[in-house]
Amino acid sequence: MVFLNDPINFISGWIRGLLTGWGLTESLATLIIYLIGITVLIVFAMILDVMLVWVERKVVARFQDRLGPNRIGPFGLIQPFADIIKMVIKEDITPAGADRIVYNIAPVLAATSVILLWAILPLASSIYGVDLNVGLLYIVAAGSLGTLAIIMAGWSSNNKYALLGAFRMVANMISYEIPMVIILLVPTILADTMSIKGITQAQSGMWFAILSPLAFIIFLISAIAELGRSPFDLNEAESEIVSGFNVEYSGMKFGWFYAGELLHAFTFGGFIAVLFFGGYGGFFGLEKISLFSWLNNPFVQAVVFIAKAMFGYWVIMWIKYSMPRIRIDHMLAFNWKFLTPLALVVLVNTAILSKVLIDLPTWGYALCMFFSNIIIGFITIEILRSYGRKQRKANESTSPQVAQN
Amino acid sequence: MQSEWIYIGLFLVIGIIVPVVPLVFARLVAPRKPNPIKQSTYECGIETVGDSWVQFKAQYYVFALVFLAFDVEAVFLFPWALSLKQLPLFVVLEGILFIAILVSGLVYAWRKGMMEWV
Repeated sequence: MVFLNDPINFISGWIRGLLTGWGLTESLATLIIYLIGITVLIVFAMILDVMLVWVERKVVARFQDRLGPNRIGPFGLIQPFADIIKMVIKEDITPAGADRIVYNIAPVLAATSVILLWAILPLASSIYGVDLNVGLLYIVAAGSLGTLAIIMAGWSSNNKYALLGAFRMVANMISYEIPMVIILLVPTILADTMSIKGITQAQSGMWFAILSPLAFIIFLISAIAELGRSPFDLNEAESEIVSGFNVEYSGMKFGWFYAGELLHAFTFGGFIAVLFFGGYGGFFGLEKISLFSWLNNPFVQAVVFIAKAMFGYWVIMWIKYSMPRIRIDHMLAFNWKFLTPLALVVLVNTAILSKVLIDLPTWGYALCMFFSNIIIGFITIEILRSYGRKQRKANESTSPQVAQN
Repeated sequence: MQSEWIYIGLFLVIGIIVPVVPLVFARLVAPRKPNPIKQSTYECGIETVGDSWVQFKAQYYVFALVFLAFDVEAVFLFPWALSLKQLPLFVVLEGILFIAILVSGLVYAWRKGMMEWV
């Protein structure tokens, strides 16, 4: 029963006893346990990544009214493994003019920047890599490594398409990092901590998506932009710059960009779950009732977390396959003129209300926060509507013949 | 505290090793038959004119500058947000004043036309 209630500590305690029994020192045993734990976690992430290829292809197919992979294995489940074998045995072409060292480092860095995020992703209350007290800043830092990988890939390929794609992607990623960093302050204020696990525990009574729905929406938009997924996929833009920053890559190096993007999308689904939907917990106090105490089991929590992360991933996919690509000037204007000011307003609102309403009971606090967000959202939509009306009037008065045609 | 960052360091090392392993494996099993045409720069079948490492559009630089100002200032807000509930209301308002200065920078850049894509 100990194993079922706390598997990680049970296994690590067993290995520690085994190693110290062999005469190893305590610190060396800790190091070996760390290495085993990290390897298991990363291998789990990689297996999940392989399955995500199948999930992505199957879901896209359903969105586009196709069947998707269904030949190899039941429901085509073996298809991603066939994909991997194909990628590994393809010839790896390096263009003659490429900067070879940077060219070879870039795909590894693209994958590593995503894998690093798994160090702090809590799958359950006792299954997680490490609980950093600066977890939110760590997310932003690891995301910046991904930006670096893309500019390295685009620059070193010695290809104009790749360079254009990298320029666009970097402009996109650094712009949308601003609303993301600002909106990460909202969970910090609400939970009073920057540790991912602390934020999850602070949501056991009330999800932050209910306390601040606008923050959730802004985080979702900027996460999609960080991922470089449609409608923000200007870095790839198949119809104009072929495939953008990874046009010269082939074989497994391309495979790492592809796999990294998929795992990144799932990981951000996980962070949406953790930051706004209570992560592995968030049952509104249900787990405290003795009838539902099995909700505290780490295996149940891991299943709950994966389900929530999959839902976030599915929403990201849904947006990706429904929206057309937006123009780069629209994209940057949308960020700087709309998303950033709105994020600042939400931040100020959260800061003042959480200070003023500190004495209210939980439900009153939640109601006030929720309705303040609704009011801000309503005012924002009204401002946008009046602006749009003004633009339309101006267009109609200057060029009436266009309107007739 | 220290062991946490040792963990992150080990995670980084294994996180680099794991992507490298398939690349090394691919190097061993994949065919290698380079020729000049295959290795030329891909430009939809047209031969490349001039250098590919071109200078392109200063606008990206302008956005990078605005980003830098915002990112550095946003980092200063994290300690403020972290201790918000212990702080007196006056300090909370001071933090909001700081955000107002941030916004004035954004308004300045906007009025100067830096946000227009030319």
